[in-house]
This record gives sequence, structure tokens and C-alpha cells, in this order.
Amino acid sequence: MIPAPFAYARPTSVDEALQAIADGGEDVKILAGGQSLIPVMRLRLAAPETVVDLGRVAGLRGVREEDDAIVVGAMTTHSDVIADPLVQQWAPIVAQATETVADRQVRHRGTFGGALAHADPAGDLPAVALALEAEFVIAGLSGRRTVPAVEFFVDYLTTALEEGELLVEIRLPKLAGTWGMHYEKFNRVAQAWSIVAVAALVRREGDRIAEARIGLTNMGPTPLRASAAEAALAGVPATREAVAEAAAHAAENTSPSSDLNAQADYRHHLAQVLTRRAVIAAAGL
Amino acid sequence: MSQISVRVDGVDYVDEVEPRTLLVHYLREQLGKVGTVVGCDTSNCGACTVHLDGEAVKSCTVLAVQADGAEVTTIEGVGRDGALHPVQKAFHEMHGLQCGFCTPGMIMASIDLLADNADPSEDEVREGIEGNLCRCTGYQNIVRAVQAAAAEMGTAEMGTGAQA
Amino acid sequence: MTAVEDAPATTAPEREVGKARRRKEDARLITGRTTWTDNMVLPGMLHLAVVRSPVAHAKITNVDVSAAREAPGVVAVLTGRDLADEQGSIPCAWPVTPDMVNPGHPSVAVDEVNHVGEAVAIVVGRSRTAAVDALELVDVDYEPLPVVLDMEQALAEQPDLCHDHLQSNQSFRFVFDAGEAGTGQDTEQAFAEADVVVSRRFVQQRLIPAFMEPRAVVVQPQGDNYTMWSSTQVPHILRLMLAMITGIPEHKLRVVAPDVGGGFGGKLQVTPEEVLSLLVARRLGKPVKWVETRSESLMSAHHGRDQIQYIDIAADREGNVKGLRCRILSDMGAYLRLVSPGVPVLGAFMYVGIYKFPAYRFDCQGVFTNKTPTDAYRGAGRPEATFAIERIMDELAVELGMDPLELRRKNWIKAEEFPFTTAAGLEYDSGDYDTATQQALQLLGYDELREEQRRRRESGDPVQLGIGFSTFTEMCGLAPSRVLGSLSYGAGGWEHASIRMLPTGKVEVVTGSTPHGQGHETAWSQLVADELGVPFEDVEVLHGDTSVSPRGLDTYGSRSLVVGGAAVVNAAQKVIAKARKVAAHLLEASEDDLDFTGGSFSVRGTPGTGVSIQEIALATFAAHNFPEGVEPSIDADATFDPVNFSFPHGTHICAMEVDTETGFVKIRKYACVDDVGTIVNPLIVEGQVHGGLAQGIAQALYEEAVYDDDGNLTTGTFVDYLVPSAADLPHFDTGNTVHAAPGNPIGAKGVGEAGCIASTPAVVNAALDAVRHLGVSDIRMPLTPERVWRAVHLGGDGGDRAPDRTNAQAVDSAQAASIAQGGDL
Repeated sequence: MIPAPFAYARPTSVDEALQAIADGGEDVKILAGGQSLIPVMRLRLAAPETVVDLGRVAGLRGVREEDDAIVVGAMTTHSDVIADPLVQQWAPIVAQATETVADRQVRHRGTFGGALAHADPAGDLPAVALALEAEFVIAGLSGRRTVPAVEFFVDYLTTALEEGELLVEIRLPKLAGTWGMHYEKFNRVAQAWSIVAVAALVRREGDRIAEARIGLTNMGPTPLRASAAEAALAGVPATREAVAEAAAHAAENTSPSSDLNAQADYRHHLAQVLTRRAVIAAAGL
Repeated sequence: MSQISVRVDGVDYVDEVEPRTLLVHYLREQLGKVGTVVGCDTSNCGACTVHLDGEAVKSCTVLAVQADGAEVTTIEGVGRDGALHPVQKAFHEMHGLQCGFCTPGMIMASIDLLADNADPSEDEVREGIEGNLCRCTGYQNIVRAVQAAAAEMGTAEMGTGAQA
Repeated sequence: MTAVEDAPATTAPEREVGKARRRKEDARLITGRTTWTDNMVLPGMLHLAVVRSPVAHAKITNVDVSAAREAPGVVAVLTGRDLADEQGSIPCAWPVTPDMVNPGHPSVAVDEVNHVGEAVAIVVGRSRTAAVDALELVDVDYEPLPVVLDMEQALAEQPDLCHDHLQSNQSFRFVFDAGEAGTGQDTEQAFAEADVVVSRRFVQQRLIPAFMEPRAVVVQPQGDNYTMWSSTQVPHILRLMLAMITGIPEHKLRVVAPDVGGGFGGKLQVTPEEVLSLLVARRLGKPVKWVETRSESLMSAHHGRDQIQYIDIAADREGNVKGLRCRILSDMGAYLRLVSPGVPVLGAFMYVGIYKFPAYRFDCQGVFTNKTPTDAYRGAGRPEATFAIERIMDELAVELGMDPLELRRKNWIKAEEFPFTTAAGLEYDSGDYDTATQQALQLLGYDELREEQRRRRESGDPVQLGIGFSTFTEMCGLAPSRVLGSLSYGAGGWEHASIRMLPTGKVEVVTGSTPHGQGHETAWSQLVADELGVPFEDVEVLHGDTSVSPRGLDTYGSRSLVVGGAAVVNAAQKVIAKARKVAAHLLEASEDDLDFTGGSFSVRGTPGTGVSIQEIALATFAAHNFPEGVEPSIDADATFDPVNFSFPHGTHICAMEVDTETGFVKIRKYACVDDVGTIVNPLIVEGQVHGGLAQGIAQALYEEAVYDDDGNLTTGTFVDYLVPSAADLPHFDTGNTVHAAPGNPIGAKGVGEAGCIASTPAVVNAALDAVRHLGVSDIRMPLTPERVWRAVHLGGDGGDRAPDRTNAQAVDSAQAASIAQGGDL
């Protein structure tokens, strides 16, 4: 179908964009890659008054290095993220997870920041950002602020972005090298959203797992950390058996939905299996 | 209405469009480029795939205003000097189409894949065209066609027409 | 049967039949020069958009169109009330029993809606955008009625009614009893005397044909003549039915199916939107176009399958089958469309499969529910039958402790027993099930995979392996008019062709069988090139336009080559017979002394004499030197009506990996050997098999139309209705045996549906074989990972799925608003 009519703004700077959002009326939508927004508008499930297109905003694309982090511009496309040498070197799990997003055409348009700001719990990148303990740089008319991942994802399709604010970049700590990482995705058909997926980061000290961070996709209204499993992994021997035992805690304190793909009890089960597999892969076992 | 300038299949156009006009509707209805078709409303089927500044995109999920200043290549513009693109030829040779409705998008996605990966394995082709649905062929001959085209483009020097 | 061809001893042109000709159709399709209906633009054309019911069952108490009528660019808004006197009913051409109940099917609802997606009003706009924008301005008041969704509840005592003016939810009950028909023994007695009886309940989930090209219609009124372009499989049937519905005389109506992007039975229909487009064009005197969105298509174009099958099989201890009893509930949806009731009846005669059952009974009830009507979908009735018999044979094998293949072999019809009349009364024409099976086993690498299965089982591997069989046959070539008549079908099954010899020697072939992706233009050219001895390139095949191809019954039921191709061959032979008279005259010889080879007539024993049929075409055009009393034309028509169906068969084997931890299933290998009779074009045959396999596998693993408790289709987009992509399907290893069909001059049996009919049970049997040792005896289709996991870990068949949409589609209008703050992907 055809979207309902809307006013269109195409700012060229972040300041212009913030102004356009402020001036856009009651219902403003921000168009990044548009790969979720445009279908929803075509189905007339969304009919915004104004669409602010970030496509020409300077400085929001690309990845750069900044001390102990790499900084990904919010408008960097999925395909650019996958191909980026800094991402591959310092946060390969981001490239790995991004490769599983939709299909190559969608990855050419869809953006890193758009996917995170959309905050679909079935989306792959929020759980990865959460596990990496990424930081979100948010611009508003009154200036910039930085929000840690754990505070960024607030509720179903809801983030810490206030009205009138814009996600401009995401800082990813340089963990590769000291941490092993793996994204384990489970879905029914290739281009489908995750039924459940697990982002696992593991830091080993010799024969032991020193520390683990586990992000869960689609196990609740927001991406979640599998805290109980993380706690259970800390200090255990780096063996498959020990990992399996700890992974049994992966679904604790989660509240997944029941839908066509899976009912909640099955998602609970999947979280445990996938956590085990992801941690084993991340720990190189 | 917004004014856009677009180069489509080698021809420059300046047109007025409503911001809500999808690129595919602009191509079909304003330019008469009906070779590109619409197969769904959720960007799953890929029938509408075109190249936007050299990258495959689903033209039902791009606004025409977003293509302002860009170069678009459709199925009608991939052939050169009246000759078929090697991928078009391979789809014919390998019987990679039946009803042909998905074919323009499938060919555009395949050309894009081969630009990234000049010699894909069977599995790489299958994953590379995961964003394009075909209901007729069971995909096997499409996969064959893409691999055959890769072989031909490899021998006939990479790059010619790989990135239209 | 083999690819080895003897080199021809003469210089006669190579035979076209059997050659892997690249398709003539492709040139326009690969370059984007196709004529899809939606590409048509006519001066002054108006656009239709349809207001659809959001509720499954309700009285319409008021429709307020005033706001929509005032909207910019809107030309008219029409409701069911406006069109009530002229819209008639969507026809049902197959009253399967004399007392079948047909509630009538208005194209646009007048007083009551009976399924979500039913048309309630039509907005006519100057542009598509104008029409679509005004949809939400049409205000409809609904008074909800109870919703009937479950077939078993619908047939229980005192059920809610799908149509409250009817007495029950049953449309018909169709019974075939071999004992009563005299084609077999008494079924009850066979079961009473059997050593072993196995009973199962199988569910054929609801499917959606999901052709890639959404439906589209354009109508142009010209005085009292009307031309309709429609994305249809059946322009001829459509024309006849539209004439009967609207009262527009048949000769004033021309229907054109231009390039059609797939159908799979889904465009074998007279759709409400076709009727409405014609009515609106007539009323406004302007050309109109209607094009559906994918969500509209999934919701309102007819669905397929949706049966509950209670299957009982009886056998002795040694594994000789003694009887088969099938009780079927077949969901018609809310209305009867063109052949809705005929679908299960087409299956009625195939449940015995390839086995020698002495006794057989089929008892089917057609049931109304408040869902989208069901109708033909690739295989139509025969996939259901094949699934039931091939699944129950596996269950019987388990019960008897026999190898599933050994059980099949023990009971199938032997090669030397053809022709064989089954308990269902059909005479199977030819075949060799054993040879096909042997070849398929080799293609699969059966022994190694069985060995690997054993290893995985012994080691307790979380990924288990299973192997599943389907040794099937199907009835194809719909077809014999007398048989269709005996089944109360509303039309015949013949097919028509004509051949026009042009003065330059080129040939136009007109076929009544209208393709929508099959490759008729290529295959028919091959047939005619061989018959007439003219170059392949000199043949043009015309179709799909009732003014070009006035007689035809179109394309469905694997009938095109078997019936339509046979008509082409017969027409060509008539051309040769006519040309022979002219050749005899030109060569001053007796007709009896003429040989016709390689496109030329020559006088036997007189080398060097000769006249080609292409030269005769020119001589006929000039008609200067023509035999006395012979009309100057060598063109010919033929109508072919076979006396029997044809019966392709084959053996399909699937090897399946099941991850018992997650329930994920993955086809490891798929091999099949099909006998489709004589192969005209091996490339096209292979393509048809591949496509059929994809759809049959998709039924087993991916696709299901799911309704929630209120009757909303929750698989309403391609996000949730999972048509598999290349990455989700395996490589197929295919092969053929060839036993020519005796019932048509080509020897072809039909191939369009084979892969789709055969593959589904092979896939499910394979998955069950992988986990049978874990106590699993059935898993409902599609085999979602969740269902497989539940069956393995919790028992049962995996149960129902939660009907809520998946996350990606959980964006209702309220939630969508919350995206506003966050930007987007």
C-alpha cells in the first residue's frame, strides 16, 4: 500500500535535525534506514505528521577509534558495519550479529543506530549492545548526554531517548583480544527475526572463565542480560560441562512473549540451549 | 511535493513527487519503468529490487525523495549495448525462472551479490539471495544460474557490468 | 529412459521432443519487458480500492460513505446495497452432491460479513492513492455474531452457525464406498476380519497459494463491449462465468490473461474483485483497475488444504493391506468458490495410492467456517490423499515392526500388473514403482545414511537423522469430460488447439491452455516443430486472449501438455492431412504414394522430388494451382478429450536432521525419481519438479495460515506466512523413469503437481523416523521447531501454535506511535 501523507524534512546537520524534530508537530518519526518504518507506514500502522530524514545529516556515518572504544555513527549502514575493519578487529560480534539481520538489500539501507533506537526485542543488535556494555550518545536541543546500554532500553520499542532527542553515535568498548565473543541466533527461516538469540562475551583466565556477559534477544520486552547465568559462570572451570550447568540459569528473570513462533516455556528452554552454545563458542571450547 | 533529480538507467530525470511516494511507484508510474514490480508490502519478497548508487535495495522500502541525487539501475538498464547482462543470460540458460515475476529483483540481487563475492559457493548464493522470494523454481536453477554467471564473468574479466 | 540417443542415420532434423530447449518466454521476462496486468494504463482509467471487513462474522447495520465520497480524487463509493441487484453470486461449478448447500457468495457483502477480509465497499478514485486514502473514511457499523472457526465444533450438537440462514454448518457429505460401487469388498467386514488396525488423525493445515504476482484486474468498457485483463489462470472459464453472473452477453465480453505471475490454483477462480471491476466499469462507463496488496492477497484470495483426516488402515500380520477407511472434514471457509467442494472429491479416488487395497471407503463432509474460502492449491485434493496414505503406511509399518519400504513393496502394484483398476475404481495406466524406488535409493545414498542414522542413534547424538519415503501416484490431466460429468463437475475437460499456416511458412499455434509460467510457448513449439518438420523458431504460440483463442479450458490439474498439448499434436496431424492433398496435386502423385518426413512430402521411390509444408503454405495462400474441390486452407483445429486420466508416479526420499535440543529440522538430502511419461523438455520438467518440491516441503516445514480466536488471520504478511527462501531449501537430486502414457498421442502424464503432492509426507516421515525412538509418533504440520521440541520432550503432536503475531508484526497502531521517538532501522 501507500503511506499516508506526511511532511518531509531533510536536515543536513544534527542541529538542523533537532530543530526539524522540534518543529515537526505532534507525531514526528525519524527516518534512518527506513527498513522497519516504511513498511509500517505502508501498512498504515503508523501515519506520522512529519518524517525527518537523517540521510543527509553530515557526520553520522562511519566508524572511528577513540581511546579504548570504537565509535559507530548512528547512520552507519549494516553493510558498512559488517565490512568495517575496526568493528571486525574490536567488536567482531557486532559484525557477526549484523550479518544475520534480514537480507543484503535491507542491510544496505538499515542502520546501526536505527536498529538500536527502534529497540525491537526481536532485533539482533540491542542484545549485542547490551552485552558489550555499549554507550549511547544522545543529542538534544540542550546538548549531548551519554547513556549506558543498561539504561537505554526501557520497554517494548521504548528507549531512553526523550521526545526531541536523537541517537547520534554508539561507543563500543574494545573488548576483542581479552574477550571471546559469539552471537547465536535461532530463527525459522533465513530472513526472519530471532525467535531467541544470545550474545555471549567471555573473558578467560587460563583454565577458568573469569567473567561472562550474556545478552538475550527476544526474551522480554527489552533485550536482557542473563545475570544469573553470568554469575554462575564467573570463576568456573572452562569446560563444556560447567558451561552447561551455568547456562541452565539463562532464562531466570526473563519474561518472553508467546507468539506464532514460540510460546514462553519454549523460549525459556531455547535461552538455556543457546546460551550454552554461545558461551562454549565464545570461550573457544 | 518535493523536487528530485534522479539518474535512472542512464537517463537524468527531474520530477515532482509527493514525499510519501515510494521509489518503486515513482519508477513504475512516473517513469514507466514497469520492469520493476511490487510483490509485497513488508519488504520480504525482494521483487522490487533495484540498485541505488550501486547497491541492491528494495525500492518498495525507499522513498523516492531518498533517491534524490542518486543513480538508480533497474532490470531495464543492466544490459549494455543491447546485449544481455551475464546474469540475465545465465537465468535463461539455466532455466532460472518460470513465471518470471520475481526475476527482475532476483537478477538485481544476484548482480549485487556477485559484486561482493565473485565466486560464491552454493550456500553463499542461497544466503545471498535470501531476501528474494520465488514461488516457482524451488531456487535450484537460480542458484545454478548465479554460479554460471559468476564463472562467465570471472573468465570475461571481472568488473564489466558487475556493478551497474 | 536413458539420456543416450542414437545418432540419426539420416540428415533429418534433430527431434525437438526431448530436447532441453531454452525457453522462448524468457526474453521478455529477464529484461523487464513483461506485460503484467498492473502495467496496463488506459486513458481516463479509474482505480478501485476495497474496504474489507475487520470482523469475521457480523450483521452490517450501517455503511456511511459520505465522508469518503467527499474525499479528494474520489469518483464514487459503492456498497453491497448499491450492487445487490446486479452482482449475483460468485459461481460454484462443482456441486459434488445433489443436496449440497451453497449459501451464495456476494462479491461485496450486503447484510452480513462472514470472514475477515470480505469486501464491504468499493472506493473508486482518480488515482490509486486517492482511492486508498479514502478507505478509512468509509464508516461501517457491525453487529457481531458468533464466530465459527473449528470444524469439529462446527459439526457438534447445537453449534453456532457460520451462516444463520442455514440449518447447519455442513455443506455436503460425499461418500465413495468401494463395496457399494462394486470396485472392492465390503469395508466394514475387511476391518472386522483384519489382524491389525491402525487409526490416526492427521491435520492438513490451511495454506495460501501465495503466487508472486498479486492479483490485478483492468476492465475497459467500449460501448456495450467489455475487455477484461486479469491476472488469471482461466480466462476462458472467467469469461463464461462473468457472462452468466453479470448478464453481459458472452460475445460482448473479451477476457485477456496477459503475462501472469504464477497461480498454483490460486488464480483458478472467479474472484469478487473481477466481478466488481466489471460492474463498476459498466456503471461508470470508464476503464478501471484494481490491484491488490500482498496483505489483501493473503487475507482474501482463496486459501488451500485445511482438512482433518481420520484414517484407519487394516492389514494382516504379514503386512498385506486389507482395507482403508477415510473420514475427512474439509474446511470450505465461509463460502463456496469455483471448485471449493471439488477439491476433497478430487482426492477421494487417490487415498489408496499405489497399493492394492481390497476394500476402501471415503466419507467427506464439507464444513463452513468464518474464514476465507478454500479452493484449488497445487495438487488440490491429491496432496491430502497422498499425505494420508503415505503417513499411515509408515504407522502401519511401525505397528507391524516392518521396514516401511518393505511394507510398501509388498502391497504396491507390480509393473506387470498394469493397467490396474484400484478399489477406488480408477484404472492406472502404466508405471514401474520398483525401478523408480531403486533409482531413488541410489540417488539418495540410502545405505550410508541409514548407517549414519544408526551411529547417531547409538551415540545419543543431539542431532538425530531420519529417512522418510513417499511412493506416490496422482491422477493428472483433468480431463475426461465424461468422468468429470459423472462427478457433477460443471464443465468438460477437453482442450482445444488450432494451427494457422502463414504464407511465409511460419506457424501460429493457438492453444486454449493458458500458461502462467509453465513454458507452453516453448514446449508447444517443440511439439509442432516435430510434427510439421518446421524449425522451432518458426513457431509462435498464442494464448490467453479469448478473442485470439476462442475455445479452451485453461491450465490447472497438470493438464496442459497431457490434454492441451495433445490437441496441438492432433491439429498438426490434421494440417498434414490437408497438406497431403495439396502436395499430391503439386507433385502429380497419388496421396498414397507420398511420404512425409522432415517437413517435406516426397513421392516414394522418386528421390529428389519433394515439396515442403512451408512451400505448401505459400501455395495455399496463393491458391492459384489447387486441387479441384478442396478449400484453399491447410489450417486445422482439434479438440482433445482423453478417455482416462494419466497417472504419474514416483519415489521421493527425504533424509532429515532433527536437533533434539531445539527442535530445529533441516533437510540433509532429498532425492526423487518421477515418472511423468514422455518428456518433451527435460529442463522444464525438472523445473516443475523443483518448484513442486519447494511447495510440498513448505507445507511440511514452514507454511500455515493461522487464525486467532476472533477469526483474524495472524499470518497476514510475509513476515509471518513463511514462504521459504533459497537459504531455507535444500538441493534436490532428481531423476526420471519414462513409461509413456497410453492415453494421449504424446505419452506425457503431467508434471506440474508431482513434486508438491509427493514431497510433504516424505519430509514428515523423515522427521518422525529421526525421533520415533524417542517416543514420537506424530508431529503436526508445519514442523515448527517448537512443535518438534514439544513432541520430543513433552509428547503429543506438538499442539497448537500461539496465534499472536511475531514481534516484528506486533506493531499495532497504538504501539506504532511509540516508535515515533526512537527513529528506526
